[in-house]
Amino acid sequence: MMLDAGPIEILISAILVVGGFFALVGSWGLARMPSLMTRLHGPTKVTTLGVGSCLIASMIYFPATQGKYSAHELLITLFLFLTAPITANMIAKAHLHRQGRSIDPNPMDDIAEGLPETGLGTGWATFEGQDAERADPPR
Amino acid sequence: MIEIAVLFAISCVGLAMALNLWRLARGPTTADRILALDTMTINAIALMVLMQIQQGSAVYFEAALLLAMVGFVGTVAYCKFLLRGDIIE
Repeated sequence: MMLDAGPIEILISAILVVGGFFALVGSWGLARMPSLMTRLHGPTKVTTLGVGSCLIASMIYFPATQGKYSAHELLITLFLFLTAPITANMIAKAHLHRQGRSIDPNPMDDIAEGLPETGLGTGWATFEGQDAERADPPR
Repeated sequence: MIEIAVLFAISCVGLAMALNLWRLARGPTTADRILALDTMTINAIALMVLMQIQQGSAVYFEAALLLAMVGFVGTVAYCKFLLRGDIIE
């Protein structure tokens, strides 16, 4: 369905171009960054700016052309924005634990020999309680 | 004008998925592969949203929503398996 050439069409087109650009830039960063902790930055741009712009464009496009409004886009946005930090945290945690046991060495990370000290007198929070748990007999 | 913009965005997202596939095949560690798969899921959601703007139909919303939920659960399951050697303890 065609729109009249007008401000709404220009707005939707601009948002779509921005969304596609940021999706490409985020994935380019994922492909080009040197280590996993830096690679985690790229997909956050894909999630927030890339998919967010596409969903905003869809939220403007369907009421403007077909006159019907739906809340599906808001649901997808809410779910993606809630789950993206949890996903990044889990991936970083899995990476740290694999590095700490030197199972999965990545020489670009500078932590292949083990994590540095935190400088606070305590250990890394993600490794707290692991030794005690290992000392426990299996239940 | 919107047709050209949608085509540009679809091309960008398709190229982004190719880059993710490269990282998925190459990624030196297992966590890299999980991250690439998660990003591919997010790009697939963007591709579905763009496709329904291009076609003017709203039939892909449920698929995009399901992909958002299942992709998150899958990523967390992979990470839990790497961390603990088990998914549900």
